[in-house]
Amino acid sequence: MVRFENVGLRYGLGPEILRDLNFQIPAHSFQFLTGPSGAGKTSLLKLLFLSLRPTRGLVNLFGHDVSLLGKDEIADLRKRIGIVLQDFRLLDHMTTYENVALPFRVTGREESSYRKEVIDLLKWVGLGERMDALPPILSGGEKQRAAIARAVISRPHLLLADEPTGNVDPTLGRRLLRLFIELNKSGTAVIIATHDITLMDQYEARRLVLHQGRLHIYE
Amino acid sequence: MSRTDQPHGPLVDLGRERPQVPARARNLSPIVPRASIAGRALVAVVAIMTFLASITTGTVLLVSASAAEWQSEVASEITIQVRPAPGRDIDRDAAAVAEAIRAQTGIVEVRPFTREESAKLLEPWLGSGLSLDDLPVPRVIVARVQPGTTLDLAALRRRVTQVAASASVDDHRAWIERMRSMTGATVIAGLGILALVIIATIISVSFATRGAMAANRPIVEVLHFVGAGDRYIANRFLRHFLRLGLQGGVIGCGVAMLVFGFSESIAGWFSGTPVGDQFAALLGTFSLRPSGYLALAAQAVLIAAITAWASRRTLFATLDDID
Repeated sequence: MVRFENVGLRYGLGPEILRDLNFQIPAHSFQFLTGPSGAGKTSLLKLLFLSLRPTRGLVNLFGHDVSLLGKDEIADLRKRIGIVLQDFRLLDHMTTYENVALPFRVTGREESSYRKEVIDLLKWVGLGERMDALPPILSGGEKQRAAIARAVISRPHLLLADEPTGNVDPTLGRRLLRLFIELNKSGTAVIIATHDITLMDQYEARRLVLHQGRLHIYE
Repeated sequence: MSRTDQPHGPLVDLGRERPQVPARARNLSPIVPRASIAGRALVAVVAIMTFLASITTGTVLLVSASAAEWQSEVASEITIQVRPAPGRDIDRDAAAVAEAIRAQTGIVEVRPFTREESAKLLEPWLGSGLSLDDLPVPRVIVARVQPGTTLDLAALRRRVTQVAASASVDDHRAWIERMRSMTGATVIAGLGILALVIIATIISVSFATRGAMAANRPIVEVLHFVGAGDRYIANRFLRHFLRLGLQGGVIGCGVAMLVFGFSESIAGWFSGTPVGDQFAALLGTFSLRPSGYLALAAQAVLIAAITAWASRRTLFATLDDID
C-alpha cells in the first residue's frame, strides 16, 4: 500500500531531518510510530499524507509514484487517507457535527445519506451532547475526539494519527484505541504517532521508531 | 476512492445507545463563512467602484444625449443672411429671398426676422432703442428643413444669390462639426475614466480576494485534508465572491440610480437661476432615459462578473501557493 525507498527530507537549505527511509506499510496493518520529540514523526506523517514532497527518494502510495501525480490526482488519493493532526484543524464556524461530516460533504453526498452514521460516531466518541457546539467552546479533549471522528468517518484505506490520545484521560484513550483497532479490523491500515508507552503497551503491533532521522522497525 | 462507496455496516455499534428517533435534517453552515471583515471590505470596494463607474457612465449618456439633441436641432435649420447693398432695398431683397427659399424642395418653414426682431438680437451688444436705419445690419431668415431629407445646398445658394447677390446661406456645418468633436471627446474621456475605474476594480478586488483568502487559509487547508480538490474549493470561494460582488454592485448601482433620480428633481428646484440654466444647457433635463438605467444595471452585473473573475484568478494562484 505504501512504499518508501531511500527517502530523505530537508526543509530549505537546512540539514536532512529524515534520512534513507526504507519501509512498507502493508494493507490492513497496524503500527505505532514513535521516537523522541523532534525526531521527525510529524514530518513523516506529512510525507505520507502528501502535504510534503520528499527531497529525494521514491514514495509510492496505493501503487502511484507520488512525484508523478498532478494536483487533482493528489486530491483523489487524499480521499483514501484520514489524518488526525496535533492541532486538530477544526473549522470554527461549523458545528462538531458539520466538521465530522465534512469528508462526506466534499464528495457531494446528500446530508440525509450520512446523518445517522455521523451521529452514531459522535456518540461513540462521547460527543453526542456536543454535536451542535462550535469548536471554540469545546475542550481540548473534545476537539481531539472530533478530529479523530472526522478522520475515520469516511473509512479511509490509511489512517494517520499524530498523538491522538495526547489530550484525553486514560479511559477515553483506551476507547479511542479500540476505535482505531475496530477500524483496522474492517480493513484500514493505521499508523499512530505517539510518545505514550502505556498506549503502545495496550496493543501488540508493529513499531516504527524514528531516531536521529533514521527509521528502525520492530515487527 | 474511499471505502464509503462500498456497502458496509455501521462503523461503530452503539447497541442500546443508538438513537431511537430519526435524526432531524440539519441546515448546514456554508463552507466559507459569509460574514467576515475581509468580505465586508470587498463589498465596500465593489460598491464604491460601481458607484463611480455608474456616475461616469450616466454622465456620458446625459452629455451625449443632450449633444445629439442640439445637433439634430441645429442640423434641421439653415440661416440666410441678406446684407445691405448700395442701391438695393433690403426689405424687398429679404422678401424675395424668403420666397425663393419657400420654393426649394425640403424646406418646411421659413421665418424672416423682422427689423424689430433683428434689433432685439443685437440688443445685448448694442443696447436698446437701436435704429437699424443707421447701421448696415443684415437681415436674418431662418428656414427649417424637413427631417430626414438631404437639402441641395448648392441649388439653394444659386437660387438665393440670383435673387439677391448679397445674400449668403449658412448650414451651421462648422458648428455641428465642433459639437460632434466635443461630444466625441467627452464620450472618449468618459470611456477612459470607465476603463480606469474597471482596472482599479480588478486590482482592488484581487487584493481584497487575496486578503479574504489569507483570512480563510485554515479553511482551505482543512478542505485539502479531507480530500477536496482545488476545483471544489475554488467553486465554493467563487460563489462567495460572486455574491459579495453582486452585493457591492447592487449597492453602488442603486445609490447611483438614486442620485440620477434625485438630480432631476434638484435641477427642477434650480431652474430659472443662472446656474440651473447653464447646467440645463449642458446636460439637458438631467433625466436619464430608461435605457440609461438599464445600462447602469448591466454595468453593475459586469462589475460583479469582473469581481468573480479576478477572484478566480487570485484563488487558483493562492491555492497553488498553499500547496
